Amino acid sequence: MATLAPTVPVRRETEWSIVIAAAVLVVFLSAAPFVLYPVFVMKALCFALFACAFNLLIGYVGLVSFGHALYFGWASYLAAYSAKVWGLLPELAILCGTATGAVLGLIAGVVAIRRQGIYFAMITLALAQMMYLVALRVPMTGGEDGIQGVPRGWLFGTFDLNNETTMYAFVAIVVLAAFFLIYRIINSPFGEVLKAIRENEQRAISLGYKTDDYKLVAFVLSATLAGLAGSLKALVFQLASLTDVHWTMSGEVVLMTLVGGLGTIFGPIVGAFFIVAMENYLAQVGQWVLVIQGAVFVVCVLSFRRGIVGELAARLRVRL
Amino acid sequence: MFEIFGVPSQALFGQLLLGLINGSFYALLSLGLAVIFGMLNIINFSHGAQYMMGAFVAFILLRNVGIGYWPALIVVPIVVGATGVVIERLFLRRLQKLDHLYGLILTFGLALIIEGLFRNYYGSSGQPYGVPESLQGGRNLGFMFLPNYRAWVIAFSLFVCIGTWYGIERTRLGSYLRAATENPALVRAFGINVPRMVTLTYGFGVGLAGLAGVMAAPIYNVSPQMGSDIIIVVFAVVVIGGMGSIMGAIVTGFALGIVEGLTKVFFPEASNTVIFMIMIIVLLIRPAGLFGRGA
Repeated sequence: MATLAPTVPVRRETEWSIVIAAAVLVVFLSAAPFVLYPVFVMKALCFALFACAFNLLIGYVGLVSFGHALYFGWASYLAAYSAKVWGLLPELAILCGTATGAVLGLIAGVVAIRRQGIYFAMITLALAQMMYLVALRVPMTGGEDGIQGVPRGWLFGTFDLNNETTMYAFVAIVVLAAFFLIYRIINSPFGEVLKAIRENEQRAISLGYKTDDYKLVAFVLSATLAGLAGSLKALVFQLASLTDVHWTMSGEVVLMTLVGGLGTIFGPIVGAFFIVAMENYLAQVGQWVLVIQGAVFVVCVLSFRRGIVGELAARLRVRL
Repeated sequence: MFEIFGVPSQALFGQLLLGLINGSFYALLSLGLAVIFGMLNIINFSHGAQYMMGAFVAFILLRNVGIGYWPALIVVPIVVGATGVVIERLFLRRLQKLDHLYGLILTFGLALIIEGLFRNYYGSSGQPYGVPESLQGGRNLGFMFLPNYRAWVIAFSLFVCIGTWYGIERTRLGSYLRAATENPALVRAFGINVPRMVTLTYGFGVGLAGLAGVMAAPIYNVSPQMGSDIIIVVFAVVVIGGMGSIMGAIVTGFALGIVEGLTKVFFPEASNTVIFMIMIIVLLIRPAGLFGRGA
């Protein structure tokens, strides 16, 4: 099987590029709320985490899930529901949502990993659509209205998340921690096995790795992190709605990752900011958003497959 | 009127008929997907959008040009197929050497563009398209009422499906096609223009989607999202049947339509998820699909 992520020449001795990029990210996130709307940055951060979770699969295992909205959206529902109806503290509500992502990821993963390549994509999409139809009917999700007016509450009972700055700091810290976790996963021995599966699954099997188990763990990890992103989004917007479980959301996360750069560490983050900014800017052109999104897809696939960060990394001959 | 398992026969057969109608569209669309996949190794995500395009072209022909259903049945597949030829020439051809997931992503983008364009001009509400005069009305079969148009859709789509199967499995051109699927380089060496065959295959598959769109127009409302609603179900159908066999795609399509119809009678809550549930069960028991060969 051909490599999905275009490989970039790597100079292993200098990982400084990643340290510098991470520092730039931290500085940017510290300065951002003073320059940009905090809600905008928080939205972009949630999507950045979502895209990074998706990239863990597509970029490092070579699995294309076309149904990641399932974990994102349902986690968002459960976080919103537990915060609003059960009155859970925000950290517990987020935990509840994240666990939902993990459980759904485990179930979907067991089913989907039985097939490969193109079928895997179709199965994940079909499973997500099924759960979308469930969300449409179950009273818990509030149907077309969604779950509105979700209380942000007091973090650990001490920090008031209704304060925009506190909320921002909380989201930024959680998302940065998750980024670090993903980085560690990618660079662990486990991550090396994932990359081996991506490059040549048959050879990995012949070396004695139970590749299906590795794929399943990676899938659950990805779904869990997507769940964390969805839960955070529910608290930021105080809303969980059908948009987040719809297949267009699954497409959007593919788009973000593709624009930023498949299989790069910072690509999905850049891609998420790019797409969220684009949609914000294009909000007044209404339905054209769909056409423009589609056009970006086509252009990226035809002539910009490395994505923004991938292209940059290739020019600078570093890993990013 | 009599009852079967406590369900009035009228309702049971009515839903069965609806199931068969849905099944015809599943069969036509999954057939197109299978033909395209066999030749191009691409899952055509824009298949649903092209089906919707077929319905809209028929609608526009009727409203703006005054061309009715019967000519549309011939003109629309050609028009939609021609757009397919252009898409293959401009875009898909460049992806041949890449991982085939790029094909999925590209056609997904195309689907968004097509759906977005029709939404801009026609809004997201449905437009009505009348049943052609010659097929209005229906007949009473004693146990149920059969509208003529629906009978026509089932019969005609069966005819198209069988015709396609015959063309691919039993004719000389079909044998070239199957050979090119197995080993394009060798077939080229025999002097057959494989790239042109690939283009025409994509055009044909897309034309089938357009044809399904015309047939669907009088039954469902013509709306921009009609394609994305159906395509994901068709993907599940394809996963269940496996894309290895043309006949498999046809049989699975019709069978799942009937199952869906029956579910509507006995467990209405599960009717729109039943195909996905069957997909899960099939994957757990027979991962390669009912007619599939390998993964």
